[in-house]
Amino acid sequence: MYKIAKENLSALFQKIAESFELYLPVKTAGQTNFAAWNADAEVDLDTLKTVKSAKDAFFPQSEGLYTVKKEGKKMSVEPESLKEQDFVVFGMRACDVKGLEVLDNVFLADPVDTFYAARRDHGTIVAFACHEPEETCFCKVFGVDAAAPASDVAVWTVGEDLYWKAQSEKGEALTERVKELLADADTSGEAEVEAEKEAIHKIVEKLPYMNLSLEGWNGDALSEKFDSPVWEELYKPCLACGTCTFVCPTCQCYDIKDYTAGTTVSRYRCWDSCMYSDFTMMAHGNNRTSQMQRFRQRFMHKLVYYPANNDGMYSCVGCGRCVEKCPQALNIVKVIKAFQNQGGEK
Amino acid sequence: MQELINRAKELLADGTVARVLGWKAGDLPYNPEPAYFESAEELEDFVYNGFCGANLSKYMIEASKLEGKTMVCLKPCDTYSFNQLIKEHRVDREKAYIVGVGCKGKLDIEKIKKQGIKGIESIKGAEITDDAETLTIQTLYGEKTCAYADAMLERCHVCKGKEHMIFDEQIGESKETKDAERFAEVERIEAMSPEKKFAYFQSELSKCIRCNACRNACPACSCRKCVFDSNKFDSSQKANVDSFEEKMFHIIRAFHVAGRCTDCGECSRVCPQGIPLHLFNRKFIKDIDELYGEYQAGADTDSKAPLTNYTFEDAEPSIVGKRG
Amino acid sequence: MPLENKEFKPKIVAFCCNWCSYAGADLAGSSRLTYPADVKIIRVPCSCRVNPMFILRAFEKGADGVIMCGCHPGDCHYSTGNYYARRRMTLLFSMLDYLGVENGRTRVEWVSAAEGVKFSETMNSFVEKIYSLGENVRLGDLRCKS
Repeated sequence: MYKIAKENLSALFQKIAESFELYLPVKTAGQTNFAAWNADAEVDLDTLKTVKSAKDAFFPQSEGLYTVKKEGKKMSVEPESLKEQDFVVFGMRACDVKGLEVLDNVFLADPVDTFYAARRDHGTIVAFACHEPEETCFCKVFGVDAAAPASDVAVWTVGEDLYWKAQSEKGEALTERVKELLADADTSGEAEVEAEKEAIHKIVEKLPYMNLSLEGWNGDALSEKFDSPVWEELYKPCLACGTCTFVCPTCQCYDIKDYTAGTTVSRYRCWDSCMYSDFTMMAHGNNRTSQMQRFRQRFMHKLVYYPANNDGMYSCVGCGRCVEKCPQALNIVKVIKAFQNQGGEK
Repeated sequence: MQELINRAKELLADGTVARVLGWKAGDLPYNPEPAYFESAEELEDFVYNGFCGANLSKYMIEASKLEGKTMVCLKPCDTYSFNQLIKEHRVDREKAYIVGVGCKGKLDIEKIKKQGIKGIESIKGAEITDDAETLTIQTLYGEKTCAYADAMLERCHVCKGKEHMIFDEQIGESKETKDAERFAEVERIEAMSPEKKFAYFQSELSKCIRCNACRNACPACSCRKCVFDSNKFDSSQKANVDSFEEKMFHIIRAFHVAGRCTDCGECSRVCPQGIPLHLFNRKFIKDIDELYGEYQAGADTDSKAPLTNYTFEDAEPSIVGKRG
Repeated sequence: MPLENKEFKPKIVAFCCNWCSYAGADLAGSSRLTYPADVKIIRVPCSCRVNPMFILRAFEKGADGVIMCGCHPGDCHYSTGNYYARRRMTLLFSMLDYLGVENGRTRVEWVSAAEGVKFSETMNSFVEKIYSLGENVRLGDLRCKS
């Protein structure tokens, strides 16, 4: 384990940036999101949750697939190159890291999504333990330990120092590169980290959503949940806007579109949302014509379909971004609770 | 608030309304959600407090199509939207029983959190019967306080007034909250050089994640099929491949609601990235006021909207260059 | 004013209403009055047909300047179309100005069917203005830059 003082972070970023592309939480116009680092960027590691998750670094909101160029009578197809440059995503949280595992099951399963795979290969993740979890967090419910992110490098904040621990080969490789800026953490340092972990766990226990029960939500619950009349009540305030899907670290649906620009046509993929009216629209029309069906689809996917296809692993990581950002205060917690209430337990 | 609940129960019991459209308590102190209530038991969960910022007029578009009347709780600013919807024949006045609810200003949880207040367990001072002076917030990290005015939504600072433009009855007292000039921010931007203006909007709009919350929350945006949802033209509603797409979306959206926007402030409230979208809409309102006479959409149900009207002496477009 | 031999070749889109300004453009042509070939004319039945999205789309696809020509107010072939267009364009141009887009990139000019000279002069002055403003970088889509 190593340690580095917070005031030396700029030097650390400079060092990392020498060999890697660096992405970290940057405050722009009052909001913090992951963005490319540069010397003038206002780095913000204090905000617990960025508005959009770090999913963008591995599965960007818009990604070019190929371009068709027309020159006279000739047409050429130029595929976009896969990611070749190594990069570091600094400042993720345990929930974000778990979110990537969810995406791995989807994109790295056969047939492998080569764009995603290339990014995953070249990306090193440095995740921070959550010093002060918030009331909207419920990662524990989905098996995520906010005090111990499962990333390539884990970092703990203790006062003005950061403790750094490599947890994988990639983490070791990164540590080698920046070693000269890190100091060895002795046993007292390790004790401080343990105390920090304890403190985090204590706070987590007090969070209002931590005792949420997932009973009844699994791959076997399909028909029972699908046909339940509870959805008719739940979906009514939903504006069908798509905010929840775009801030979620695990939502993975995408659309493929073509853009015509004079003599070129570029095919790109962009995040899609099950909330939109054109979700899963096919040539014959749309199979999900009402917002209730789309609303139900989102939560069934997270809590029933995904576990059914992935050995019981849920597609929600309890980050709480949907809780914070839904304009009408709907979220997965309310959905889970609504079904519990139906069972007669409050 | 109890008065509201009791009245709702009465109206349901005597059959005047088939359902009540209000807010249901959320599981955190600051996240009530809009909800329909159809029985006295369900009304036990009804809340109306400082966090009920949603404009329920939007839901009336769908609720007008249901059997029977709906009792809807409209704040003063919401009533302008409702009037506008009546004018555009998007809601059926006969299907609504409007209870004009009092308002002391609505709160923005983002503003509270920006002051470093987190791990919120409970909030005191946001009830409709409170003075709306200070909020006392119990958090996992200690007790914090916050002035009510500092936590208010931007739109409450430029409140058009606590009079309800349309109602069947009124319940609850209001408190004046206006302490800023409506067009001050717009004027500040107008005074900037073109380079500064462009840089400002570029930085704000670059945050846009194309979630469409602004469009879907806006009562004026009630098209069944939004032009941006069309897959026949290449600017989609969800991609942000080039920075042009956000500009196109926001300019056009503001334009499509120009003259119909009542300045209810929902767009800015719902934006997950905190983009000050009201700056686009207020710019159009200011221009319309200056060029075509002062006009407040939703103040009545029969005046012609500025963009569906004209006079022979209208200003020429070249006035934009001359104003400097 | 020699407009040739310059590296920057502006792209101008002109929306012309069929009854007045398009006929005016025709008249300019048959009277052998010149105006730059950079101007691409799109004929619409009335200036009122011009949707603000058209203007923005023209900029998106690479236009450096967009001008709308219609009948003089009071003389619209459909009686009142150009009044609505006038309000629409005024508000749109004001919004573009507010966003920092250079003012001279957009214009509205009322040209009647008999005003071939006015048409040619308008186009000449507009193209000159665009030359002085340079390439449009603020309101374009980078994918459309060749």
